[in-house]
Amino acid sequence: MNDNENKVETEGFSLKALQAGDPEEFSRLVDTYSLKIYRLATKMLSHQQDAEDVLQETFLKAYRGIKSFDGRSKLSTWLFRIATNEALMLLRRKHPETVSIDEPVETEEGEQEPVQIIDWCCLPEGELLSEEAQKMLDSAVQMLPESLRVVFLLRDINDLSTRETGEVLGLSDTAVKTRLSRARLRLREILSTYYGERVYALRQSQQEGLVGSSATGGKKLFLHPRGKTDDE
Amino acid sequence: MMNENHKKHTHKDCRKLLGSLSDYVDGELSEELCSVLEHHMEDCEDCRIVVDTLRKTVYLFHKKSETDSMPADIRQRLFKSLDLEEFIEK
Repeated sequence: MNDNENKVETEGFSLKALQAGDPEEFSRLVDTYSLKIYRLATKMLSHQQDAEDVLQETFLKAYRGIKSFDGRSKLSTWLFRIATNEALMLLRRKHPETVSIDEPVETEEGEQEPVQIIDWCCLPEGELLSEEAQKMLDSAVQMLPESLRVVFLLRDINDLSTRETGEVLGLSDTAVKTRLSRARLRLREILSTYYGERVYALRQSQQEGLVGSSATGGKKLFLHPRGKTDDE
Repeated sequence: MMNENHKKHTHKDCRKLLGSLSDYVDGELSEELCSVLEHHMEDCEDCRIVVDTLRKTVYLFHKKSETDSMPADIRQRLFKSLDLEEFIEK
């Protein structure tokens, strides 16, 4: 019990107080993790109301279940597990035919990811994170299948470690890494399509002399957007 | 493994290396694979671009998520649903 108590202490909470139903301690827990849970929910589910339901349900379940929390995982990992299960259950209810985080991951050989070669890193940050670009980033995440999306959200958006992500989803480290890799590569393709057009537009306007060369910092743009083949 | 004396670049290697790029941008690739990849990239501008844009992809999502916030009314309703109204003001 002492050991468990210490683990929770490292996250700044008293398990004793939480398990005794101390409302002030629980409200601190809510304040610490609600944004992260909400962010996960909004990006897993496209409707804001669904995300809010998941947020409330997560903390309700945590409140009721905290007594049986055994301290074997971090408190935050436990909360993310509840939230992820809630979100996936809701998705399954709405789209029973598509949702599974257990779907077998295809073998490397079976993977036919296109690879676009467009260097868009040189675009100015204002363009990379323009209002329109931010909407594109949101919808790019929505385009990922749930099994990849949930891993990406936990690892890259909510900063969980590979191990913690595995604990939340019941996956091995290797499976987490493989899915994260697939998610990132797919997102990179979507971003390359979008930003590639911006690079073209920028180059075109430079050729027409409308924009000075300073916009790209004089960096050479390497541009051949194509689905790359291995036949060279 | 690649033939180091192979002058002409074969893009078959790129496909094989694709799966290791995510670990590479996280700095978690094994030393051996890391040197294979870096050696490959010396001659392969395509792979350098994929690595750069992959790294930038992760960075942009990170950067964007920093600005995420939870609307005040959602926080209020959350506290109410948990019977924690007295702690809403903080």
